[in-house]
Amino acid sequence: MSEAVSTKTGSGARLGIYRMMLEARRFEDRAHQLFMEGLVRGTSHLATGQEAVAAGYAAAMQPDDLTFCTYRGHHHTLLRGTPAGKLMAELLGRADGVCGGKGGSMHLTWVPAGAMGSYAIVGAHLPIAVGAAWAAQERGSGQVAVCFFGDGTTNIGAFHEALNLAVVWNLPIVFVCENNLYMEYTPIGSVTAVERPAADRAAAYGLEDIQVDGNDPDVMYEVALTTLAKARDGGGPSLVEAVTYRHAGHSKADPATYRPPEEVEQWLKRDPIPMYRRRLSESGTTEEELLQVEQKVESSIEAAVEEAKASPDPSVASTWTEVWADGGFRWRN
Amino acid sequence: MAELITYREAVAKALAQEMSRDETVYLIGEDVAAAGGVFKTTPGLLEQFGPKRVRDTPISEEAIVGAAMGAAMNGLRPVAEIMFSDFLATCWDLVANQIAKTRYMTDGQVALPLVIRTANGAGVRFGAQHSQSLENWAMSVPGLKVVAPSNPRDVIELMAASIRDPDPVIFFEHKGLFADRGEIPEGELVGDLGKAAVVRSGTDVTLLALAAMVPRSLEAAEKLSAHGVEAGVVDLRCLVPLDTQTILAEASATGRVYTVEENPRLCGWGAEIVSIIVEEAFYDLDAPIVRITTEHIPLPSSDPLEDAALPSADRIIETVLRSLD
Repeated sequence: MSEAVSTKTGSGARLGIYRMMLEARRFEDRAHQLFMEGLVRGTSHLATGQEAVAAGYAAAMQPDDLTFCTYRGHHHTLLRGTPAGKLMAELLGRADGVCGGKGGSMHLTWVPAGAMGSYAIVGAHLPIAVGAAWAAQERGSGQVAVCFFGDGTTNIGAFHEALNLAVVWNLPIVFVCENNLYMEYTPIGSVTAVERPAADRAAAYGLEDIQVDGNDPDVMYEVALTTLAKARDGGGPSLVEAVTYRHAGHSKADPATYRPPEEVEQWLKRDPIPMYRRRLSESGTTEEELLQVEQKVESSIEAAVEEAKASPDPSVASTWTEVWADGGFRWRN
Repeated sequence: MAELITYREAVAKALAQEMSRDETVYLIGEDVAAAGGVFKTTPGLLEQFGPKRVRDTPISEEAIVGAAMGAAMNGLRPVAEIMFSDFLATCWDLVANQIAKTRYMTDGQVALPLVIRTANGAGVRFGAQHSQSLENWAMSVPGLKVVAPSNPRDVIELMAASIRDPDPVIFFEHKGLFADRGEIPEGELVGDLGKAAVVRSGTDVTLLALAAMVPRSLEAAEKLSAHGVEAGVVDLRCLVPLDTQTILAEASATGRVYTVEENPRLCGWGAEIVSIIVEEAFYDLDAPIVRITTEHIPLPSSDPLEDAALPSADRIIETVLRSLD
């Protein structure tokens, strides 16, 4: 695993990445609180601790690139530029939610930002991202599809089908495995034939073996730049394994007691946000600049929460809309 | 001048018509390009449209259907072939959980103009895993349109309509009909989804049929005529959208309705149609509606066994005559 501290990432990009990670963290913290207050309905899968992966890629992507992510996808959807208020409103099941309350926490899409969906069935979105990359290639749009998924996905068939087709068709796509060491409750290592669930599979598809420190934002930004450029230049797909850790359980139902306390403690020490703050501080970003970013994020997420809370419930009539392109649901004449 | 072509030729003709018209229409699937399809439904398309637009895939049904979905999200109108409809089971997550639900879940942000074509049905002795009639699987999932043509002209007209439709369509081509011939007129052919056809008028009873059961019902109807029974035959053509107006009108006109279904009995499309007729035209009925289906069994391979399993013209005739006693 690469432990190198980058010197390449420019200071402007770094502050931007720091802001993104804070936005994602603050969004998840508030989502958690709102869940405990009974305002976020259903379930939610928080990405607390995994922000560096999302921020590194989001900072490196072009506006019309396409993101495909999983049910643990608040952060990816947010960092592509989805309005935070509309995103939080979706978690609350409100009318102004990105999907009008029809999606919920696990199904977040905001097409204007290139957030092409968070997918709640493990593995499904890999072939879908392949299709989007295929269309980008055929249309010559210059877009790259970036597909984020968890370690557990590497043992499902769709992972292998998608990788194979992406390589055979030399598509502009980057597969990013967020290896947080646990599928849901079970450690990935205990049920996987290889030690590194994604990177060790790369050779099977003729791809470069790339495993990186998913908690290091500079490393993530660099690998994002490299893999996106390769895809955009016709160099085909990449498979990146970013090793990271979720601070909480799999979902709201999971207290994560299966994880050894010392392991959790060790990873909390590697929390990307304070780590990155120190790095920025040591490399010349002033305390004032950092505080300014932090205050801006705090107030923007609070505003988003207020906006979401103020949004009304969806009209009941919308239950029966948008099954078909004519806007309705009728299946007979 | 009208032209006589086979059902399988109609598939290629429909695809060529639409691919010529719209350069965003692409065809992918196993053996669809160089081999022209294992059922020879796509010969010549590779030569006409080139290897980018007519493309062979690995045996990867999830990748095929997923790629079609992703491409539809990003500006193409893909047609994906799943070689046998039975193989839909291997990619049903993509079909039923993703493709069918994405427009709704995104509140209309994502449109999926795509077609999944698949060879469906029995009559060719392939046994239980390559012979099923699976329209009901698709019919039961909100968000999928379901088309199953019975003749070459409908193949072209409904394929064109399906490709032009802004919603995902599962297009069932019946492998028992591939060699059947039918007349098609000259020029561009485009039909409407959701319109049934009264293919034989009859004043005594109404047979509601789909795909291969349409010619079988017509054969039965001709023979019933000799018994003094005039049977009307309705070709449903689409299950979603469903032309309930035509179904109800025909049911009310004769008051005696039979569904002729190739699928195994439970939860067949006929059950849904019976419930609609009973709810909405009950007082026009003169007798209980009767469903003629394959029994609730997997399909066997051997000729006499498969023939015994499927609704035959004789079984249709016997069922109708018995119920009229």
